[in-house]
Order: sequence, then structure tokens, then C-alpha cells
Amino acid sequence: MSISLHVNGERVDAHVLPRLNLADFLREHLQLTGTHVGCEHGFCGACTVRVNGEIVRSCLMLAVQTHGASVQTIEGLSDTGEIADLQAAFRDRNALQCGYCTPGMLMAAQDLLKQEAAPDRERIREHLSGNYCRCTGYQAIVDAVETTAKARNGRSS
Amino acid sequence: MTEVRPNSEGLSVLDRPNSYIGKTVPRPNLDRLMQGRGLYVSDMELPRMAHVMFLRSPHAHAKIAGIDPSAARQMPGVVAVVTGHELAKVITPWVGVLSHLKGLKSAPQHAIAINRVCWQGEAVAAVVATSRALAEDAAEAVFVEYDALDAVTDMRTALDPQIPVIHPSLGDNLAFERILDAGKVDQALADSDEIVEAEFMFGRHTGVTLEPRAVVADWNAAEARLTIYQGTQAPHMVQNIAALHLGLAERQVRVVCKDVGGSFGIKVHIYADEMATYALSKLLRRPIKFVADRVESFNTDIHARDHRCKGRIGVKRDGTITAFEIDDLTGIGPYSMYPRTSAIEANQVVNLVGGPYVTRNYRARARVVFQNKNVMCQYRAVGHPIACSVTEGLVDLAAARIGMDPVEIRRRNLVPDDAYPCTSPSGLRFEQLSHHASLGKLLGMMDYEGLRAQQAALRKNGIHRGIGIASFIEVTNPSAAFYGVGGARISSQDGVALRLDAQGAVICHTSITEQGQGSESLTAQIVGSVLGISMERVRVILGDTDNTPYGGGTWASRGAGIGGEAALQATKILRKNILDVAAAILQSTAAELDIANNAVVNAGDGAPRIELEELARIVYFRPDTLPPGIQPELMATRHFVPREYPFAFTNGVQASWLEVDTETGFIKLLKHWVVEDCGTIINPQLVDEQIRGGVVQGLGAALFEKCVYDERGQLTNANMADYLVPMSGEMPDIDVGHVVSPTLESELGAKGAGEAGTAGAAAAVANALNDALAPFGTIVTEIPLTPRVILTALGRI
Repeated sequence: MSISLHVNGERVDAHVLPRLNLADFLREHLQLTGTHVGCEHGFCGACTVRVNGEIVRSCLMLAVQTHGASVQTIEGLSDTGEIADLQAAFRDRNALQCGYCTPGMLMAAQDLLKQEAAPDRERIREHLSGNYCRCTGYQAIVDAVETTAKARNGRSS
Repeated sequence: MTEVRPNSEGLSVLDRPNSYIGKTVPRPNLDRLMQGRGLYVSDMELPRMAHVMFLRSPHAHAKIAGIDPSAARQMPGVVAVVTGHELAKVITPWVGVLSHLKGLKSAPQHAIAINRVCWQGEAVAAVVATSRALAEDAAEAVFVEYDALDAVTDMRTALDPQIPVIHPSLGDNLAFERILDAGKVDQALADSDEIVEAEFMFGRHTGVTLEPRAVVADWNAAEARLTIYQGTQAPHMVQNIAALHLGLAERQVRVVCKDVGGSFGIKVHIYADEMATYALSKLLRRPIKFVADRVESFNTDIHARDHRCKGRIGVKRDGTITAFEIDDLTGIGPYSMYPRTSAIEANQVVNLVGGPYVTRNYRARARVVFQNKNVMCQYRAVGHPIACSVTEGLVDLAAARIGMDPVEIRRRNLVPDDAYPCTSPSGLRFEQLSHHASLGKLLGMMDYEGLRAQQAALRKNGIHRGIGIASFIEVTNPSAAFYGVGGARISSQDGVALRLDAQGAVICHTSITEQGQGSESLTAQIVGSVLGISMERVRVILGDTDNTPYGGGTWASRGAGIGGEAALQATKILRKNILDVAAAILQSTAAELDIANNAVVNAGDGAPRIELEELARIVYFRPDTLPPGIQPELMATRHFVPREYPFAFTNGVQASWLEVDTETGFIKLLKHWVVEDCGTIINPQLVDEQIRGGVVQGLGAALFEKCVYDERGQLTNANMADYLVPMSGEMPDIDVGHVVSPTLESELGAKGAGEAGTAGAAAAVANALNDALAPFGTIVTEIPLTPRVILTALGRI
């Protein structure tokens, strides 16, 4: 099937099989390998991307469903600078070890920070509870997101 | 939160101006991972690369009556369908035994099963196609006829005479047995006021690395060389084993390790499907990629724990622990894993039980049996969680029996901090541990008395909270005693090679590897500190057998202690070499010069004399201007392995504070504390995060994780919806403190910290639960502590 969409602001036209999921489309057809595949059944959150502004599990979405959509991946969010402060907080707090969950974790964290100005730690833990990290034990990630929320609040007030 | 204990040697090499040692500095090169620009093996593509998908047995035990791949071979995109017989022409089988584990036996294992499958998930054929999806399509057209055999699944009956022997040539299903009898256990128990017994049960769990195992094998027939890109913790071990079984020289095999999406011991082994992938590349003369999917990961990544351990403890009314006794049983699957074997975990349990305590009376038996389930082998904190849970569970039961506070019984029995060096009943040699200092610090951090008061007050309102304490010891910095003495070609030494580049920066090759622990950072911190240059000028290269020195890699909490010391020693040599050249250029002497802030300076007043960049320019481009006879050597290599102690033991103590809902059986973890002693701390943040990550891995085991097999040997929860892992919502904040007792075996003084968190977490939680349940007169000695287990203990279901 033919699809046409925007990925990280660039127009993409492609022919794909109906069964191809969005994660494989991004990784194998567009070589956007920052979107990771961890479980392939929507549990681990490693493949989280943004479609029309909403975060989705790209392993649970078919590529053909993104026809006409705007998709943003970790590469796009990094290049626009939208999450530069969040990434800096992750670096300073060592909120990643192997880094495999990190693109999805950043996507989910930024989603929360866009929705809520001052989430508390429990709220952060709850929002990230669909993103599996085996390395950190989560505390450093919660700290980094909390720090970013406070810093953004400080700037906007 | 750090107490430094006196070190008579001092830390002169490290204690320099602008030292990075002991400082929290961000790890280099994290942007790559945060921007999605890392390179994991699962991301890799090579020209002409094909993908392999393994067709796996649905039976736990069956004869392979026939395989008909003819239809599959006609499917779109299929390159080849290869059976075990066909692949055996390229790769030889192996037997996972080591000579120092006396009596350990196993049977030959093939890369792909031949004639018989021994666990659900064992590969029976490889389907190679131009994409993974097409390989999966074709796999459905491979017809395999099985004759099902009786499966041995219950470790408790695996040795019974009526149970089939999985490998008849071995005679029975007993893979390994170890018996230890130290001191006078019978006499000690007879002299005890109380003897408490319990059986402790541990679920079978697995690592669930977020990136599954992945390998790209690229046989270049024209070069007669195999390049293996693999997410592994031990590249040189992979090189050795691949070469050995493919009939190649090691120089014909290069192992490259890029970014690795989690390891935890899962990726320190060599799996049959990885061996098959190497062999397929050689057979088909093109790059072959294998990435396990999640179901395959659950069915084939090594499992661990799955022990049943009966324990006894003797105690006197004054709290003196008189003896420990255990009888441990574990089932490891149908083969001992290769090359590290599957007897190590049980062996560690025997080594470690009772380790923190004074008593000399200790008797143990451990039996390791074969069964038709997935293979078990070393996973983070090998044996430690079992030994710690048994020991600390028994200590708490003894305390409860004599009506003593759990802290008090530990105070009376932990080996005194001034009793070192000393040896445990099982023969472990401890250089310097700090159980009492650690316990004291922990109690302060958690406000033990305050929590006890809170607990008592809440109990009146029907709220059941508990406090659990668990002291532990941890094996780190293993010498050749771990594997080498048993005949395994697994290096216990590591090397670092340094070179000053033409702009005064340093290129550093190290044989330790990085899976997120911070190997790159700690190496750069040490090199920068000892040499006197900024970390940004140190480029660390890891994970390439063609380029790094020969070494073990990163596992068993050895990277910082062993690889870090090699970096320190190599840097001292480079520093001396640089100062010799500088002295020649400056018409001075090396003793009068130092290096600081990227320049050679006067040792006396610190005045800059020559920038390293300028020195390098002269050496590389104008050596003609150097005095006659001066031949600069701006490279240095050093290796290190501990020789005095077989292992650098560390110690620590954990505490859990939790609430249990006695109606639903759910546990809410409220807080967790750890104090540990890993010697010199190179980067406090990295150590703390190793501890926290390790704790949460242990908490997963305590509360959620279990591979559930049915009686036919079918793994019934091989996916992440049914095998529960800890997620952010259920995990507590974890406070970490340190006591610092550097090892004197190295100048760096660092011991390992990678497994301390996992070692004691489950024990602390189980003890806290039993503390919370004390009013109900019931105890739980089984993990995971699921609502069903708790409600059963409470008699509610």
C-alpha cells in the first residue's frame, strides 16, 4: 500500500505491506533506529513515538495507519531542541545506563511535562509506569523529570 | 553519605589537584544514546545481510522423528533452511563443565538440536531469509515430526529412580553436588537453646534485558575471517569459543561490541543460537543477523535462582548464633551452560551462607539436577540473593524465637570490623569488611527507632508495616579462581593501552566493556586524574578484540576494580614517559616536573612549562629537534589481575520498610535503604545508581518475577504481560550510603558494586513482610511474594 506522511517534519512517501508495524517502518525503512523494539506487544514502551502529538506504541500501530499523519521520533525531538533541557537533566542525573529505554522514556516524560506543569514524584512514576527500565531502578529518571519540571516552571513564572 | 576508613597506603596517585576520583561527573557520550543515535547490534545492517529465525521445539522433551524443510525452501526470500545435522558439519558441540567444580557433568550440546530436543524453546532448524518477517513466514512451512518423551520437570523428584534420566550416558540426573562440613555443627546445635528450621523457595527468573540478545556474524570467505558483532560482556571469551568450535584460529575471529541494551549476566554467556548464527554465516558465506524476539528471550535467555533451600540455625538465649546448616536443591535445565557452567550459583550459595557472621560451625549440601526446562546460569549477583535470603531469614527467625530485636542479634553476631583479615567457614578470605559500621550507618539513615514507634502506632489502627534488615557479603574482582583454574579460557586479567595523540589528548583502549555501568567514564576519570589532563581529552575505546588489550570484560563486578587498576598503572607509565620527554625538551629532570591541566608544569610551584599539545607536536613532527638519543615512547600498556585474594569481598546491609494489605495480599514498598562498602569510590553517582538498579532488580525477584512452568515443562508466561517486571509506579525511593574500606591489593583500592543491590534486596523485603505479619503468627519463606502467597500464609485462601 502507498502511504504518505510527515516524519520529523520531512515528507515521506512509501510502499509498505499492510502488516508492517510503525516501529519496523521507522527502523528498517527510514533507518530511524532511535525508536527501539523491546517486547513487540505494547508493554515495554521502548518504541514510544509521537503521532499527531500523542504518544503511541509504534509496535502496536501499523505503518499504514500513519497515512497523512505527522510522526515524531527521538531523532526529531532531539534536533528541534524541544527536549534539550530534559536530556541535560538525564545526563546530569545519570538517568540512563544502557540507554535502550531512554528514547521511549524521554518521549513519555516530555508527554507528561507538556500536560502538567508541576507533577509530583508519584505522578511522574505513574506516567512513566508503561516504560520499562531494567538498569536504573527509575529513581534517577524520576529525579531528572522532576528537576526539568521545576526548571521549566521557574522559567515560565 | 560516605565514611572513609583510614588507608595506610594513602591514595597519592589519585589524590591530585583536579582529580576526578570520588567526584560525580557525567558519563561521556550520553548524548548519543539520548538522541537515538547509539548503535546497538539490533540496529546494524550490512551488505547482503540475511536474517535467521530459529524454529523452536514446542515440546520440553521429544525425539525429532523427521524434519521436512522442502516447502519452506520454496518460500519468498528464503536463503536456506538448515537443520542440526547440516550445521554440525561447520560447528562442533560442547560440554559445559569446568574441572574445579569437581564431579560436574553435562552432555554434548549442539548449536541446533540433533535427533532430540530437551527443552521447550531449543532450536530444531534455522530459517534464513532476506528479512526476519519472511523467515518467520517460511518457518511455518517447516514440518517437524516429534515423538514426545516424558519430561523431567520437578527438581524434587529428578533424582528418583522411576524418573527418566535425561542423558542416559551420564547415569543419572545429578549434574553436581557439593558437601561442606566446617566446625562442629552437631555439637553446636546440641548446645543451642533453640533450633529454627525453614525451607526457602526462590522463583525461577530471568534478566529481561530490554534489548534482546542480538548478534550479526559476518564471515568474509576471501579474508577467511569472521567478524562477530554482538552485545556481549566478554568479547575475548566469545572470540575464543567461536574460533574453537568453528575450527578457526583466534586471529581469524574478531568480536566487536557496540552499544548493549542491558546485560546483567544474561549476555556473558554463549548461547546455542548465537553459535548457530556464527556457523550459518560461515556456511552461507554472508552476514547473518539474529535478534531474539521477546518470546524467544523468555524461552532461551538463561534463567536463574529456582532454588529450594532447607535451612537450620542454632541460637542461644543470649543471641549467640551457634551454627548454620543448609540443604540446597536447584534444577538447571538439560545442559550445564557453556563455558561458565551452571553449577556456579549453587556453589556460591554454599560459599556465601552465614558469611557475615562469626560462627565457625557450618554444614551445607547443594545438589544441582538436570530437568527439561530452559537452561539456568549466572545472572546478576549469582547465588547471593539465595544465600542472603536464607541466612538473613534464619537470623530473623532465630531472633523472633528468642524474643530479640533483629538489629540486636546482628550486632552480637556480625564479624567485628577489627577482626580482619579472616576466613569464613567455607574458606572465603576477607581482607577488610565493615558490617558493624555499615549497620550503624544504616540505622541512622532510616531512623530505626522512629520507624519502630511508627509501626507500633499504626498497628493499633490495623495498618501492618514491617521493617526488614539484611546484611550481606558480595564477591567482586574475581581472580583466575573463578573460571581460569577450572580450565575456562576466560581472562581474569584486564589491560589498558594509552597513547598520547598529536594534539595532547589520550586515546585509551581498555579490555573492560560497557553496558551502561559507566566503564567508559570511570576509565576516563582515572586516566585524566592520574595523568593530569581533563576528562574531555580522554577518548575511551572498548569492545573490539582487534584493538583492545586482551581481557575479561565487564561481569562479576570486576570492571572498576580490575580494569580501573590497569588504567591507573598504564597512566602512571605514560605520565613517566611524557615527563622524560618533557625533561629533555626543557633541559630539566622528570622529578622536577609534573602534569596538570593538560600541561607539563613545575613540580614545585605548578608554573606551566609546556602544553601537552606542544610536546606532542615536537615528538611527532619535529623529533629532529630533540636531543640525540632521546626516543620518546608516548604509548603505555599495563595489565592487572588480583593475586593476593581470589576475590575482593565487599559487604553491606539493606533495609526495607513496607506495608502489607492483609485483605488483598498486596505489598506497598515505602522505602529502601542500602549501605555498602565497595572500597574506593571512583564516581559516587555511578556507584549509587548501580546500587539502586541492582536493588530494583532484587525487588522484582522479591515481589513479581517468576518463570511459571507447568508439569509438562511448558513455560506459561513467556511474555512481558504475564512475567511481571518492576515498573516505576511500584518502586520506592532508595537511599544509599557508603562505608569505604579500600582494598590494599591495588593502588586504586576499588572493589565492585554491581551486585550489592541485588544481593540483599529480596532478603530485606521478605524479612520486612514477616515483621509486618508477626501479629498473625505466620511466616513466608517463598519469593516472589505474590498476593496468593501472602493470602495463603494468612489462611485467607
